[in-house]
Amino acid sequence: MTEKFRKWLDGDIDVMENITETTLQHDASREEIKRQEKRLRETIWELPGTGRIVGAERRTALIIYRVIAIISCVLLIGTLLYIVGHLPLYGVENPRATEVTKRYVEDGLRETGAVNIVAGMILDYRAFDTLGESHVLFTALICVMILLRKDSKNMRSAYEDYFTVEQDTYFRTHQDMIIRKIGFFLVPCIFIYGIYILLNGQISPGGGFSGGAVLGAGMIIFTSAYGFDKVDKFFTLKLSGYVTFAALSFYSFAKGYVFIMGANGLENHIPKGTPGAILSGGMILPLDIAVGLVVACTMYGFYSLFRRGSIGGN
Amino acid sequence: MDIIRNFPLFTIVLSLFSGVLCTMLKGKTAKNYTLIYEGVLIVLTACVLFYTVGNGSSFTYTMGEFPAPWGNEIRAGVLEALTALFFLVILFCSVMAGWKFLIIDIDESKINLYFTLINLMTAALMALVWTNDIFTGYVFVEIMTLTSCGIMIVREIGRTTLAAVRYMILNLLGSGLFLLGIVLLYDITGHLLMVPMRETIAGFAAEGTDMTSIMLSLGILTIGLSIKSGLFPFHFWMPDTYGWSTPTSGSILSSLVSKAYIFLLFKIYYRVIGPSVFEALPIRKIIFVLGILGMVFGSVSAMRQKNINRMVAFSSAAQIGYIYMGLGIGGIDGYAAAMFQIFAHSVTKSLLFLTTPRLSEVSGHSLLFRNLQGSGYRAKDAGLVFLLCSFSMVGIPIFAGFSAKLNFATAAAGAGSYRILFFTMIALAVSSVLNALYFIRTCIRIYTSGRGGADIYAPGLYEEANARPGSDLPSGETTVSGSEEPLFSRLDYWIPAAILTGLNLYLGLFSWQTVGLIEKGLAMFP
Repeated sequence: MTEKFRKWLDGDIDVMENITETTLQHDASREEIKRQEKRLRETIWELPGTGRIVGAERRTALIIYRVIAIISCVLLIGTLLYIVGHLPLYGVENPRATEVTKRYVEDGLRETGAVNIVAGMILDYRAFDTLGESHVLFTALICVMILLRKDSKNMRSAYEDYFTVEQDTYFRTHQDMIIRKIGFFLVPCIFIYGIYILLNGQISPGGGFSGGAVLGAGMIIFTSAYGFDKVDKFFTLKLSGYVTFAALSFYSFAKGYVFIMGANGLENHIPKGTPGAILSGGMILPLDIAVGLVVACTMYGFYSLFRRGSIGGN
Repeated sequence: MDIIRNFPLFTIVLSLFSGVLCTMLKGKTAKNYTLIYEGVLIVLTACVLFYTVGNGSSFTYTMGEFPAPWGNEIRAGVLEALTALFFLVILFCSVMAGWKFLIIDIDESKINLYFTLINLMTAALMALVWTNDIFTGYVFVEIMTLTSCGIMIVREIGRTTLAAVRYMILNLLGSGLFLLGIVLLYDITGHLLMVPMRETIAGFAAEGTDMTSIMLSLGILTIGLSIKSGLFPFHFWMPDTYGWSTPTSGSILSSLVSKAYIFLLFKIYYRVIGPSVFEALPIRKIIFVLGILGMVFGSVSAMRQKNINRMVAFSSAAQIGYIYMGLGIGGIDGYAAAMFQIFAHSVTKSLLFLTTPRLSEVSGHSLLFRNLQGSGYRAKDAGLVFLLCSFSMVGIPIFAGFSAKLNFATAAAGAGSYRILFFTMIALAVSSVLNALYFIRTCIRIYTSGRGGADIYAPGLYEEANARPGSDLPSGETTVSGSEEPLFSRLDYWIPAAILTGLNLYLGLFSWQTVGLIEKGLAMFP
């Protein structure tokens, strides 16, 4: 029994199924790990000019490095503490400092039609910042795609593929009952909750970023429970691309229209609606939906790219 | 309201849209689209430039219906329009000249993603130039940081990944400090738009309130942006970043990205703090000293390199030092000299980074000096361009580099402080001599006849990492010569090289025109 437990601890044996994994493959993968590490060292570290310091020099360099690091941290902490000590007092009426927030709080509802003043601020008063912010996420997705998506130069090593394929096949044949059953009940609730947050951004706390994150998390849980095959049937790279493209270009053009109309002093003909109703807040609801879709695609895209180097199969 | 007033907004929003659109296009279509689109942007920006010069004043553009302290705002004046125009022309030339190497360096399925990043970077560049809101600046600094890492790692060799990770860590530190500075300034002033911030700070100064916390916040913000732009003690990420990326990326990173950060920093000094308050702060002296140290130590490091791209990259560190020295000298002349140096250096450095790969191409794809011997004869066009750019970097009259140095000397003479004059003159002299030393060495190397290292070529790890994937290492007589290249790819290089060399000569010969425009822009900048 203890031997079995130790074996299970080492990962050599699956207690539930009582199937011993082939040790042969493990040895092969260990060789592969060594080879990969050697290759990595050769391509990156052991090149002239990379500045790999060894021996006594390294020790001196480390000491100097630590001393400098400690000094700069202490300096930064001291500076920040000093500044915090001299900041204007919170809550004290200061006409200069409260001019901006005052209008947001007092006139926000009337001017934007959004009960949630934060949504009114980020999507109406300071919509240009949020336009940039939603493209930050998109940029991050593109960078991760460049870094991780499989292509002729970025082949995953046999070692990585060994574990990915092994786990995928394992999940296909031994689907975890607990995760599947919980996922069965949980995923619809998560999706409905995400959509709720998304659609109520102008009325209650929430909005595009948080709702999209919940939707993305729901997709990730669904994938963990049912495997990539199920998701790949409806969520492909193409679909992800189209959704992101449609959402972001809608965002750019809608906001561009509002900016141009506002700057030229023209009426933009976007109804503000009754505050508190779901169709209120002018452009906030459609923009929230657009941002939410982008965030959901990005979240799932990250998961899928990190996990197997592609979105929606090959 | 004139329609031209909408153009700055178009440059930003349409660039964002183009970035998203490029994910839907095929690689070559994306490149052609980007080139045409950059051309359109150049026309739009030129219109803004003529409009503001004709008007004699800058204009603000409210983003949406909410006016200044509540909504976002962009602002266009002569200086902004001129900077944007220069940036776009250089971007256009970099994309055009680097295409030949892009298709070798980047996997076919990722070329459109590369142009997505280029377009998003254009949006960020434009936003940093036009913005009148400090937080918008931060948002687009984020986009800039991410796209810079992206256009580096796209080459997918170990060196670029390593360089990108290092660059990303340092840049995130810089972004963090920049954000911290913004937060503190917002807390003190209660505003995010630049002009109301300045009014509040001027109010503090008039009331005689303690300025220490404002100065410290500004210091944190300055450290953040100087890490990102590569001021002296923070310049060690430069050689790997610029030297190993694909030529287009190297050219854009060295000539545009770091300059955009400096432009934003200058805007904060000039528009948020105000020139009179800024010149009384010790920060000015610190960046003056660091700029001079950068000029000297960047050049010293450049002299010690065995690799031409790393040498050119370290010389960027020296040139960034010039810009900070100009900001440190202060006064209208000092700022104008710094701005002029931004243009002069961008024009020269981008062309240098587009030229070295052509020299290395005819030398067995090696960037080592010993292998580059005689490459000026093997690739005649690239050799000539490298020579002209070296003249500009060293500061030989009729080239942009000379006018830039002359401007710094004039500004220092007019600064009214003997110490500043003394140190500026010494620094300019030492730096020019050092520049001359390493650029003359390179020119002699590439114009010494003989096959040089190509004969004694021993493929080692260094060269392997260096060689462009997909190309054969040279063996004996089969070295590629320039004449075998198809015409279109030579034109791809000749047109941008002609544009950038022409701009260089224009900046050198008619520097008074550009300086006049810059001074006009500075008058309407606050």
